[in-house]
Amino acid sequence: MQIRNPIPRNSLLYRLRRGLQHGDRPWQGLIILMSLLILAVMLAIGWMLWRDSAGARNKLGWTFILPTANANWDPVNDNFQAWPFIYGTLITSLVAIVLAVPISVGIAVFLAELCPAWLRTPLNWLVELLAAIPSVVYGIWGIFMFLPKVVAPVGNFLGDTLGRIPLLGALFIGPIPPSGVSRLAAAMILTIMIVPTISAVTRDVFLAIPNSQREASMALGSTKWESIWQVLIPYGLSGILGAIILGLGRALGETMAVTMVIGNSIQGNASLLQPGYSMASIIANEFAEALSPLHTQAMIEIGLVLFVMTLVLNLVARLLVWRVARRTPQEARA
Amino acid sequence: MNQFSVMLAQGHQRRRSSRRTVNAVMLALTGLLTLLALIPLFWIIGYVFYRGGKAINLDFFIHTPTPLGVPGGGVLHAIEGTLIISLISSILAIPPGILAAFYAARHPNTPLGVALRFSTDMLSGVPSIVVGLFVYALIVVPQKHFSALAGGVALAILMLPIITRTTEEMLKLVPGTLREASLGLGAPEWKTSLSVVFPAALDGIITGFLLGIARAAGETAPLLFTALGNERFDLGRMIQSGVQSHQSIFQVIGRILNQPVDSLPLTLYKYAQQPYPERVEQSWAVALVLLILVLLVNIIARLWIELRARRLRG
Repeated sequence: MQIRNPIPRNSLLYRLRRGLQHGDRPWQGLIILMSLLILAVMLAIGWMLWRDSAGARNKLGWTFILPTANANWDPVNDNFQAWPFIYGTLITSLVAIVLAVPISVGIAVFLAELCPAWLRTPLNWLVELLAAIPSVVYGIWGIFMFLPKVVAPVGNFLGDTLGRIPLLGALFIGPIPPSGVSRLAAAMILTIMIVPTISAVTRDVFLAIPNSQREASMALGSTKWESIWQVLIPYGLSGILGAIILGLGRALGETMAVTMVIGNSIQGNASLLQPGYSMASIIANEFAEALSPLHTQAMIEIGLVLFVMTLVLNLVARLLVWRVARRTPQEARA
Repeated sequence: MNQFSVMLAQGHQRRRSSRRTVNAVMLALTGLLTLLALIPLFWIIGYVFYRGGKAINLDFFIHTPTPLGVPGGGVLHAIEGTLIISLISSILAIPPGILAAFYAARHPNTPLGVALRFSTDMLSGVPSIVVGLFVYALIVVPQKHFSALAGGVALAILMLPIITRTTEEMLKLVPGTLREASLGLGAPEWKTSLSVVFPAALDGIITGFLLGIARAAGETAPLLFTALGNERFDLGRMIQSGVQSHQSIFQVIGRILNQPVDSLPLTLYKYAQQPYPERVEQSWAVALVLLILVLLVNIIARLWIELRARRLRG
């Protein structure tokens, strides 16, 4: 048999084709390039925020982000402290987490351990749908329904009861505005928005726990609840923590719904029942109409702080979730 | 049986029944919590359909806004803007997303593969408003004006991790034997990837895109200072004047990309906070349109995934 090789072996074209390996080299190069592009976007976000906030970092120093008693946010006189925003973001997110964790873990237990098979898919789907609703829709529903109908009564109740307790009462100094606009409103809307995130990850953590754990616990005579509470939850704890931190990251960065219900005010006290402000909402409200370069830079620095916070939280969360996934590679339930 | 052992047995009985009660109560509680979480879902959907249904009409879809007090008028400008921005972001995000997913699916354990998975995870956690700041510095500042292009880039960055992750998952589901058969027939790696593996995963990938686009189309925060909003945006008039003055299609596209545009969520956000009832009514209509969009895409994507899974199971 004669092997036909029309291209001479020493020609440039032959060597080029060999070198390209029938197009595999360019293909490899292309997909590597695109992967690097995604890495570059991530790095570029951090670098640009760092570069463009330089003016504010130099001029305002650390006091910009440290707790300050009578913080100023005065674009006219170029005097900025970000503490009220940081406080607003932290307190609303933490309250949201406290409210969302029991609900989400309950949902995850129900979906992964109890729910009949025919109900599982539709329920999963409905809970995930909650995460798909655009945040402006949460916002408008919040303003016109949820705040006056739910948040305001709840706020009044909390003000009348918890508000009387010394120390803790400082968080519940009423009265809440009749419209319901307050930090509490932001926290409650955030709760609804992060429940799907936390419950989905927690459900996956439960599904990754090997069946031998359940069987062993049941064989020792525990009830279903006891095996969930004393065996499964401790087993998956790091994964559940990861889910919670992931939810916290979501809550910190949520912008539109919070901006629409938190009241956007830095006056007043630290109470949950008063209007407040958050880091994302100051950027949303003032960035497009910033008055001075320092004003812009100060908001970019707030963005930088937000970026670093969510980055660290996501990092920790991923590591925790990976740990559970890695511990049970083959045994996982189908 | 002596007295003592009877007492012991009774105590045992009582403890067991209390354990049973706790079991029943806690298990019922998890079901109730699930219901509790679904209340807002049905409340939002129901109320948006009620308020939006009252406010929506044909004008809403085919007219640009009228001055306050003038009846009629719609949000055609925002519908056009949403379409333009979504189109830009899809064009920008889909090719790199797919290609990077090929790398991630083929080389999950190389340093670049690990770094890639890591950075898509981190990128999906970056708050959308921070992405807006980034694009402002990247595009708006050098160009010195807000534009549809900047809005599209911002949404593309938000879509990128979603597309990469779903495509990667779908590519991994394609059986290895299919790849090997193609390689064994002498097809090069790139041809195997593009014309064997990719089509096999295609319908899953498309559902991923749909979900990604729906998510991006509902985003507001990154558009606030990139696309900005523009009540006077009128796609029809721009095309018409372009045709009349004999501009090339690239010039017309360039002009469209360089204008600030509105989008549906942006309009909802602005109108909902205005003191005028007719604007608030319109914002409910926008909310209805957004919600229907999200529900439709999710239902279609879900059914598709479900059918596909059923077909694969045989």
